[in-house]
Amino acid sequence: MSATLHEFTTVVPHWQPRVRPIDLAQASAEQLDALKVTPSNTKVSEYVLVLANDVETLKVRTPLFNAIMYNHGGLSRAEREVGATAASVVNRCIYCAAVHSSRYNQLTKDETVMAKIFADGAGAQLDPRLSAILAFATKLSQTPSQATAQDMAALAEAGLDQAEILDLVLSASLFGWANRLMHTLGDPQPKGQA
Amino acid sequence: MNGTMNHDVVRTQAGISAESPLNAVLDTRADVLEMTQATHDAALRPEDPGGIPHVVRAALATRIARLHEDAGLAAHYEGLMRQARASAAISRLADPAFHGDGDARLTAVLAYTDLATRTPKDVTANDIAQLQQAGVSDADIVRLAELNAFLAYQIRLIAGLRLMKEFAQ
Repeated sequence: MSATLHEFTTVVPHWQPRVRPIDLAQASAEQLDALKVTPSNTKVSEYVLVLANDVETLKVRTPLFNAIMYNHGGLSRAEREVGATAASVVNRCIYCAAVHSSRYNQLTKDETVMAKIFADGAGAQLDPRLSAILAFATKLSQTPSQATAQDMAALAEAGLDQAEILDLVLSASLFGWANRLMHTLGDPQPKGQA
Repeated sequence: MNGTMNHDVVRTQAGISAESPLNAVLDTRADVLEMTQATHDAALRPEDPGGIPHVVRAALATRIARLHEDAGLAAHYEGLMRQARASAAISRLADPAFHGDGDARLTAVLAYTDLATRTPKDVTANDIAQLQQAGVSDADIVRLAELNAFLAYQIRLIAGLRLMKEFAQ
């Protein structure tokens, strides 16, 4: 057994499921379709094999996830990753935070923003636009949401238009979803020691 | 599709009318809104519900909406409970003050539901082991997690849209 990681990192860990993934050899046609398994693509992560236990939501969830994170227009991809990471920090989803902070770093070639968010959470000292994004996404991630009209005004003052704000709401909310799967159904462990 | 489902729960709950300027912004992400509704239908009324019947899903969704203090959405899910003719025993699951009354399976399901809803960071391997020990299958644990996780998204999306609407006025 490897030790479970509890501290934030930009190095993507191994994800060890707490419940049984489906067995690809026994998968139904519907599961194979949702997993996008083809003779040339048989690589499916353990995480997706776990989610395939509930194939009806998985088959809509995957394209929805991709649309929210990668659709054209609206908020930049890097800023959507800030929304995703802010939620993952609130929910302490070490795995999700690693994936999305490292994507932010790749997209922006700047590692200082995520280092500050990991160190100081919502209190991280960032430029006004990123501060407004981080504050809003952090508050929206509480149960119930603590985001207010003032936070919305701060986003507008920082220069976000309505289409960008909508994408931020979507990316932060989406990680309320992803974190509750990834963090509750498995453990993040150091890679190579599983 | 199921004719009794409300086919855009998010726009309805956020109070965004077809004529509002915000609706035009939402239309630029129409694919996302449609897939959100499709996931709602798949999580609440799947063709294969496994060990978690539609009526139990509606009751848990009502509980989760109440834990998020979203009365409007709780009323929507209560409507689904009524349509599914929830018994008094099932209806209790929707009450956040009910914790299982000594039934091991219900207690584990409600404990997971409440913790994953309020503070998912506090869910540990032990909470999943409790579900397994109480006889909840691994596939049903994934179904419970997906229902909970989808609602966390849907409720925040609606909360964010309500703020956008408030700010735009």
